[in-house]
Amino acid sequence: MKIAVCMKRVPDTATRLSFASDGTSIDTSEVQWVISPYDEYAIEEALRIREQHGEGTVTVVCVGPESSTKELRKALGMGVDDAVLATSDEPLDPIQTARALAAVLSKRGDDLILFGRQSVDSQGAQVGALVARLLGHPFVNDIAAMTVTDGKVRIEREVEGGREVIEGPLPVIVGADKSLNEPRYPKLKEIMLAKKKPIETVPCDAGAPSLETIALTPPPPRPEGRIIGEGPEAVEELIRVLREEAKVI
Amino acid sequence: MKIIVWIEFSHGKVKSASLEALGSARTLAESASGEVIAVLCGPGAGQAASSMMTAGAHRIVTIEGESLSNSHVDAIATEVAQLATAESASMLFASATSGGKEVIALTAGSLGTAVAADCISISHEEDAYCIERPVYAGKAILRQKVVSDPAVISLRPNYGKQIEREAATVTEQQSTAESVLKRSEFIEGSAAKVELTEAEIIVSGGRGLKKPENFALLESLADLLGGAVGASRVVVDAGWRPHSDQVGQTGKTVSPKLYIAVGISGAIQHLAGMSSSRTIVAINKDAAAPIFQVATYGIVGDLFEVIPRLESELRAVLQ
Repeated sequence: MKIAVCMKRVPDTATRLSFASDGTSIDTSEVQWVISPYDEYAIEEALRIREQHGEGTVTVVCVGPESSTKELRKALGMGVDDAVLATSDEPLDPIQTARALAAVLSKRGDDLILFGRQSVDSQGAQVGALVARLLGHPFVNDIAAMTVTDGKVRIEREVEGGREVIEGPLPVIVGADKSLNEPRYPKLKEIMLAKKKPIETVPCDAGAPSLETIALTPPPPRPEGRIIGEGPEAVEELIRVLREEAKVI
Repeated sequence: MKIIVWIEFSHGKVKSASLEALGSARTLAESASGEVIAVLCGPGAGQAASSMMTAGAHRIVTIEGESLSNSHVDAIATEVAQLATAESASMLFASATSGGKEVIALTAGSLGTAVAADCISISHEEDAYCIERPVYAGKAILRQKVVSDPAVISLRPNYGKQIEREAATVTEQQSTAESVLKRSEFIEGSAAKVELTEAEIIVSGGRGLKKPENFALLESLADLLGGAVGASRVVVDAGWRPHSDQVGQTGKTVSPKLYIAVGISGAIQHLAGMSSSRTIVAINKDAAAPIFQVATYGIVGDLFEVIPRLESELRAVLQ
């Protein structure tokens, strides 16, 4: 079983953002980088499938600057076998990222490719789907459970009104949701082993963008709010302002 | 100029978020004398179409057939992409619901472009669409120019406006696309709940609720208001609430008309996920809680006293 997991590094979600002077990006000098949280579920699921099958390899594939090797080492520390980094210092739009990933993946012939359901920075929930179309594989996002047996996959996911079960042959590309598993913490031994695991760097083949960034700005400040009172006595006033000022109920 | 809008429906009922997207598409088209084509795919498309004849489409295309009946949604995306190509559409549009995001992303992939996803504003400037979308769960707003042809754009629910126009003409097509993935089973959940990202009203709870059973207070209030129940990361991680209820940067980013935060202190990643809500009410016993900094209206007090009173007084005024 040959498995690839596509991962992205993102600023820690507990970070307060500061904006760069170019007006189109964030100031990354103080940023604490992490593996995008949903990608950790994808990595964990890949490792579990490899363990259940007792054979196979898990490779993480990433598009980003050279310094992304730090986050790739974290994935290797979780138990991933090796990593490929398509190096790019330029900000890429989703189709460019997808082309760069597809260029790496098309040479590999994986049985299963996993993504997180979305990155927690740009939140487009689309790169997995774009790669799937570029490679001609089916794609299922937001998966809550998955089993792989005899070259077939069975996927469950939450949809409106219930849970749907989707089945079909490999290869498939999936996007991991939070309910899929509980990602492991790397063990010290694995972290030591990870230092020796291979990270292959390849050129980034991204093509032209679909989206050009004009500006990245802080959100407009919320209009000043107010404390309308204390305890249950304030409820009457709350209902009044919701009906008469905010007009939401 | 032609705009194709993918319309989502279930059990014969068109999603209001899709009708908002259709309304916005029509408004954009009218400023450029364009045509709006709504497309509905899958079993029941014709029936669903009949409920939205005057919602802003010039033309409605329904695509039904055996091939789509149990196929995974990537088959729908193939149909939409084929239609976009056949019509030489200059823009493809959908609501950024969870289903909409998946279909529009796969459609964009077929057309070799990216999606300008989850936009909160769209304008046409100097022959290109300019969009604004929240990123980092709303900690920043990204302004971009869409340079692909066609432009592929999804609109955040609750950011468009339903409209009424002359009746559309309807064309029926037979489906041809098929997915190798099949839906083999559907396990009905409890009552069909309102999807969090599409809800107009959300009542959300945090650690202040003290134990999972106490979420019944919020369920009951949400039912009364026709809203959905959300939760903070702490209570989801503790297993009190399902993952699908989590609001925040590592959960769902929501923009309802009314967000009621109950017993939620307001961690950065939670505030990021809900601070684009139109009106925010915070109920918390700690007057220094960060949630009050984003709240339109705050009540400092014991939620176990405030919520029951709120429900009973609301019940009186709403009935």
